[in-house]
Amino acid sequence: MSTDETSHQATESTGGVMLEVDHVTLRFGGVTALDDVSFEIREGEILGLIGPNGAGKTTCFNVTTGVYRPTRGEVRFRGRSLSRMKRFQITRLGIARTFQNIRLFKTMTALDNVMVGGDTHSSVGILNALFRTPRQRREEDENHRRALELLDFVGIGKRADELAANLSYGDQRRLEIARAMATNPKLLCLDEPAAGFNPAEKQRLMELIRKVRDQGYTVLLIEHDMRLVMGVTDRIVVLEFGRKIAEGSPAEIRDDPAVIAAYLGTDEEDAS
Amino acid sequence: MKRPALPSVPLPAPLRSKQAKIVGIGLFVVFLYALPILDLPIITTPDSDFGGVLYTMATYVLVALGLNIVIGYAGLLDLGYVGFYAIGAYVTAVLGVQHGNWPYLLTIPVAVAVTMISGVILGAPTLRVRGDYLAIVTLGFGEIIRLAAKNSDWLGGARGIQNVPKPPSVHLFDVPHLKWENGTVLIDVTNKTQAFVFGFIDYVPYYWMALTVVFIVLIADVLIKSSRVGRAWEATREDEDVAEVMGVPTFRYKLLAFAMGAFVGGLSGAISAAGANFIYPDSYQITVSIIFVAAIVIGGQGNRWGVMLGAALVVYLPERFRGLEEYRILMFGIALMLLATFRPQGLLPPRVTRRAKKLEREIEDLETGDEPQEVTS
Amino acid sequence: MHALALNFDFLFSNFSQLTITGLALGAVYAMVALGYTMVYGVLQLINFAHSEVFMYGTFATLWTIYFLGGTQHTSGFALARMFAIAMVIAMIVSGLVALLLERVAYRPLLKRNSPQLMALISAIGASFVLSESMGLRDNLTRWIGLNDNLSRYVSGARDTRGLPMDIETHKLFPVFNYQVTNIDVIVIVCALLMMLLLDQFVRRSRLGRGIRAVAQDPESAALMGVNSTRVVQLTFLLGGLMAGAAATLYMLRIGATRFDAGFILGVKAFTAAVMGGIGNLRGALVGGLVLGVAENWGSALVGTQWKDVVAFVLLVVILLFRPTGILGESLGKARV
Repeated sequence: MSTDETSHQATESTGGVMLEVDHVTLRFGGVTALDDVSFEIREGEILGLIGPNGAGKTTCFNVTTGVYRPTRGEVRFRGRSLSRMKRFQITRLGIARTFQNIRLFKTMTALDNVMVGGDTHSSVGILNALFRTPRQRREEDENHRRALELLDFVGIGKRADELAANLSYGDQRRLEIARAMATNPKLLCLDEPAAGFNPAEKQRLMELIRKVRDQGYTVLLIEHDMRLVMGVTDRIVVLEFGRKIAEGSPAEIRDDPAVIAAYLGTDEEDAS
Repeated sequence: MKRPALPSVPLPAPLRSKQAKIVGIGLFVVFLYALPILDLPIITTPDSDFGGVLYTMATYVLVALGLNIVIGYAGLLDLGYVGFYAIGAYVTAVLGVQHGNWPYLLTIPVAVAVTMISGVILGAPTLRVRGDYLAIVTLGFGEIIRLAAKNSDWLGGARGIQNVPKPPSVHLFDVPHLKWENGTVLIDVTNKTQAFVFGFIDYVPYYWMALTVVFIVLIADVLIKSSRVGRAWEATREDEDVAEVMGVPTFRYKLLAFAMGAFVGGLSGAISAAGANFIYPDSYQITVSIIFVAAIVIGGQGNRWGVMLGAALVVYLPERFRGLEEYRILMFGIALMLLATFRPQGLLPPRVTRRAKKLEREIEDLETGDEPQEVTS
Repeated sequence: MHALALNFDFLFSNFSQLTITGLALGAVYAMVALGYTMVYGVLQLINFAHSEVFMYGTFATLWTIYFLGGTQHTSGFALARMFAIAMVIAMIVSGLVALLLERVAYRPLLKRNSPQLMALISAIGASFVLSESMGLRDNLTRWIGLNDNLSRYVSGARDTRGLPMDIETHKLFPVFNYQVTNIDVIVIVCALLMMLLLDQFVRRSRLGRGIRAVAQDPESAALMGVNSTRVVQLTFLLGGLMAGAAATLYMLRIGATRFDAGFILGVKAFTAAVMGGIGNLRGALVGGLVLGVAENWGSALVGTQWKDVVAFVLLVVILLFRPTGILGESLGKARV
């Protein structure tokens, strides 16, 4: 297991608990996908969620972001339970996510994709739009400006007017992140953001994630690439067969015998 | 990205300026209003009154704009749009003659409001179901409206309602039509349109009224589509689950699209009732809904210019080539099948035209040595 | 509007008749519903044109009767034999129309991976092409000069065409105050038999397994060596056969048909399929029977002119309160 100079120094996360996963169990038919999982995400940190294939990472991620409702247990964001909220309300509350298999709005431009995210907190309705009230024009300009900023931030500013479908794979992944950020979240959840990247691109992605956190966002990350996870996260939660088997700093996780056993001895990055 | 074919003759700079565009559009608008007066030889329909045909075309174009919001923007397959059209016409008739004496213009807001409310009532429960089912449910809605009108004496029963009110007439001036004979143009003083008299024979004033409403709705469409409402609709249509995750309250926007569609549908029904001397339930059959959908599909769903063209063609072609009247629906069926297989994006697909034009302009600029505005690779 | 008085008296005093004839009607709906539900289960597609497959079956029945020399005097055993032959012919014709439909209207789109909406548009177009072709048959045959020879078959293209004979009903046995007729029995028994056959075929035969495999997971099925094109063809064919049989039973009960008779029946059959749970064969049966009976009861309560509305209203209600249908969906599992 390599130790690299660019490895991230674990910093104290600044604040209190932002999100609590509280004894969550999720059953689909006869399958128990998650079994009494509990952990928390603290403000300002980058938390990694890892585990071997089939461990329930994606399911846990979906429960955390409010896509699935737990059979038992609860997810609370800043004290508020997500149980009865509609999905768009959860986004307005401050939880945003990307998708592992890239689900952009293909026939819309990169700019429009991001602006859809930016519309999340807009209160402008159809009458405002029709009569172009000052508030509508102001919000529209603001959204436009911020969208361009975000596209620059993730590095695809020049491609603002391209159709999302025509972007390169790497640019599409960046667009996903920009779009999620446009919803002005407190917690940004990234679902395997590095899938399909080469090492150089992964390095750039790590820098981007750090930049995102430095901007004040809290980040939840699912990844298969161990080097990336070890290098960028502050803390890690490890799942196996739907249960949490370990939690701690990258260094602690690296040496945890249960984790090593779960991965059958491979703790380098693996091609998933 | 593939570059489109290079244009053979780049336009000289003055014609590309914004002013030139506005003047061009203005001339085109005047041309449209003048169309029935000009009586151009090839375009004018030989066997039917061209003014009447244009009036129907304008009404259908209005329908297409409304249905385009539902199908094209929000991606909701509505196969019962004729229901809204019927409600609009019937409210006008009921208020104007059947159970009231309202002047025509006052019936319009009520017609539109009633239709919108029925759109919301229909949409609220049914927009929650899966997309395929929506098609069948809306189909049923259209039929229910027709059957309700047919079976209800209060609404005139199967015979319908006679003497539907007309817009108020004010005779300001006369406009003589042109006449084309042996290649020369004459002014035919025996064939005059009285502006603005809404009578029983001359449909030109009705056409002008409908055309004006089309322009108003068109402007509203542009304004709404280019705002966050249009974006929310597009996102919902593209990928509803993801749109929801990106903070779009998709159900609300679907309902809004439905309500807006109902609004325009009712409006076009009321407009169509003006020139119709009587309305009856069997003119609002399911076939009409399918023709509306055909107009959208032929033109290119989601593209307002395309659907307007589609609607115009759907009315114009059978009238222009009158002999094939019986085969009209058969040909629609064939056209739908062919389009669905070979050209699903319609005659004028949505986004490609805009981007292709932009690229063409940039290529021209590069060729003529002008500075390109912005390099978008 | 006339007072919407609910005529409970009429309903109760004729309850037995309404229910039994409703079951017969529903059996026909159920058989047509099978076609919708199977295609939806395998392709997630509403086969809008299935109603025309049925309609062609009714004309095939009618024309076979003409061809075999049926007159208003034909009755008894000779009549029964004519109908039996007609049913076979109708099934073949409907099956062929269904196969043609699959080949021309759907397969090209499936090959191009077209979006769902386009498949539906193509289906709608096909539906109109089929019904209008029937409705213009006098003109179309005139082009090829055959309309004189075939005049009996092609004339009155847009009119209702009836059987040359009145079907005599024999009262068989009473259920409460209603004498069940031979026609009622034939329709119900025939329908149930055929549906049972189909059920067994899908459940036990190799081809039936193929259908269920493709419905569940087309890719895995392909990996297992199942030819999905053939499976789709088979699905359409089976639906067509059922519709053809239903068409003959329909002609037995109603005695007349038109070029646009498919439409309303198609919507109702689709309603039945959804009501029972789309993709679920037994659901189609239950849905059909429930719809037939409900329609009769409904029209007794509010008047026959609202009969067609009953189906639509029922559909909306079911979709609102139990969108997966009475027996539950078996999407992806053309379940039995």
